[in-house]
Amino acid sequence: MAQTAFAPWTDPDQKPIIEFRNVTKSFGDFTAIHDLSLNIFEREFFALLGPSGCGKTTMMRMLAGFETATSGHIFLSGKDIGHVPPNQRPVNMMFQSYALFPHLSIWDNIAFGLKRESKDKAFIGDRVEEMLRLTRLTKFAKRKPHQISGGQRQRVALARSLAKAPKLLLLDEPLGALDKKLREQTQFELMDIQEKTGTTFVIVTHDQEEAMTVASRIAVMDEGNLVQVATPAEIYEAPNSVYVADFIGDVNIIEGRATQPGLKTGIAWAEGQPPILATPAKSVEAGQSVHFAIRPEKVTIDVEKPDRPNTFRGKVIDIAYLGNISTYHVELAGGQMIKAQMVNARRLANRPITWEDEVWVGFTDTAGVVLEE
Amino acid sequence: MRRFSWFNTVSLTLGFAFLYLPMVLLVFYSFNESRLVTVWAGFSTKWYGELLRDQAFLDAAWVTVKVAVFSSTLATILGTMAAYVLVRAGRFHGRTLFSGMIYAPLVMPEVITGLSLLLLFIGLNLDRGVFTIVLAHTTFAMCYVSVVVSSRLTTFDRSLEEAALDLGCSPFEAFRLVTLPIIAPAVISGWLLAFTLSLDDLVIASFTTGPSATTLPIKIFSAVRLGVSPQINALSTIMIAIVTIGVITASIVSKRAAVAQRRDEQAAIRAE
Repeated sequence: MAQTAFAPWTDPDQKPIIEFRNVTKSFGDFTAIHDLSLNIFEREFFALLGPSGCGKTTMMRMLAGFETATSGHIFLSGKDIGHVPPNQRPVNMMFQSYALFPHLSIWDNIAFGLKRESKDKAFIGDRVEEMLRLTRLTKFAKRKPHQISGGQRQRVALARSLAKAPKLLLLDEPLGALDKKLREQTQFELMDIQEKTGTTFVIVTHDQEEAMTVASRIAVMDEGNLVQVATPAEIYEAPNSVYVADFIGDVNIIEGRATQPGLKTGIAWAEGQPPILATPAKSVEAGQSVHFAIRPEKVTIDVEKPDRPNTFRGKVIDIAYLGNISTYHVELAGGQMIKAQMVNARRLANRPITWEDEVWVGFTDTAGVVLEE
Repeated sequence: MRRFSWFNTVSLTLGFAFLYLPMVLLVFYSFNESRLVTVWAGFSTKWYGELLRDQAFLDAAWVTVKVAVFSSTLATILGTMAAYVLVRAGRFHGRTLFSGMIYAPLVMPEVITGLSLLLLFIGLNLDRGVFTIVLAHTTFAMCYVSVVVSSRLTTFDRSLEEAALDLGCSPFEAFRLVTLPIIAPAVISGWLLAFTLSLDDLVIASFTTGPSATTLPIKIFSAVRLGVSPQINALSTIMIAIVTIGVITASIVSKRAAVAQRRDEQAAIRAE
């Protein structure tokens, strides 16, 4: 039997576990969050993504209860949690600095939250052991936080925040302090643990790759607003604005004017050049000013003119060799630069294109996205 | 081994002589047989024995210890609370004024502090004695405690407290279970500072004391006015010994802890 894709946000009957309803948060004169509404569903791995200062951390701190919204409401399982203090919310947080208690052992750190609920000793013991096993920390239980490595500390922080089986786990830049290799490995561990425990995760990150890897949906934020909320694939392939297209991954953005109305149009982008043929998602009007965004891996370069809907003549200015792929910076007529990415299927000596070569760049009429301002 | 140049040797000798010659002399003469302080008549510990039989000195010592324990404990509680509020409450109206007022007694001449407290106690019609000295010592020692504790609190990672709240602590539990154990070394050293300040205070104690309570510094000072006795030397030697042992123990303990911590951290990094 084929698995049905996990997409509760498409089902109108699903009740969200978290609902932000017209939430605004100001600090004095500065408005961190502007009238924001958002639904997050059970078992989601939801990422809040944006540059520093975009309000993503404020959103998370409002969920944890460390900040209260200036106006609007936040609901958790249908209950307004606006004035519930942090210690009475079924929400736990994994802090960016991990915030492990230095005077307690790993075991006591993980047991800390359980002990506050004054559960019986046997239950606490079992739960801590379970968490230690889940995060592979059993043999470090007796150590103090300064006696373990950074990666292990990160797992302790995760175990501690999961120990109380919260309805919602908040992760504040959880992997920021780890090096790249460890971070990638930990991302998969996080996804694994999220699946095993069935907890709803909300992660705050400025690392778009991290968000793409772990999240079921991503909310891209800018200056206190949600710019786009969608699955990683949608965010990447169908960004709704120049900001999102530019923030996620690498992109070529070409400014121009629509030549025809409707859902098939040309985009006039330079004097004396044929227009770019494109398919806008929404109908455009003739003469409307638009941005054409196309990912470098969807642009090919060839020595001979290829048979593709869009082909333009250009000159190779720069080549960035990254091992598995190479990025070619090609200057088109009129000085427009375009990046094209090619997989290095052959070894270096066999590749015909080099600096200063005259080439053809090509792409299909559906490869790019037409964005209105 | 590097050899010192003659200049360094001389400055080192002069410096240490300046610091320790008076104390060495004091310790030396406390073992003097003779009643005359400056005439050496052979080694003896008889003045120590005499000291222990002198009820007045023992009473004064007991009063001093009582005052020091009570006042330093009170000062630690109040000073920690003040430091916590000043560091944590963020910016409230008059914060600068408050923090300035907390630190002002540090630079206030003791005579003035003592005099103003005396006037207050007279005005309140309080019987002067152990109680008033405790109050007075608490007043000035509190600022020292609050300086020590607030410098620790400013480097305290606030997310530790937030984590405690997040895991279900009430704000008071978070303070008791997380903040206090972590800043405990600073609180303890604040207490020790307050304790030693109270032990050797003469000026404020003599302003605020009454006939019923004589602290050791007051006793020594009034005894010396009638001439230095070998007993006083013996008493001072005991005080020097207690302070020295305390300081050395504290530094060895904290050094060992620091070394162990560094070793553990390096081991953790290598294990990564």
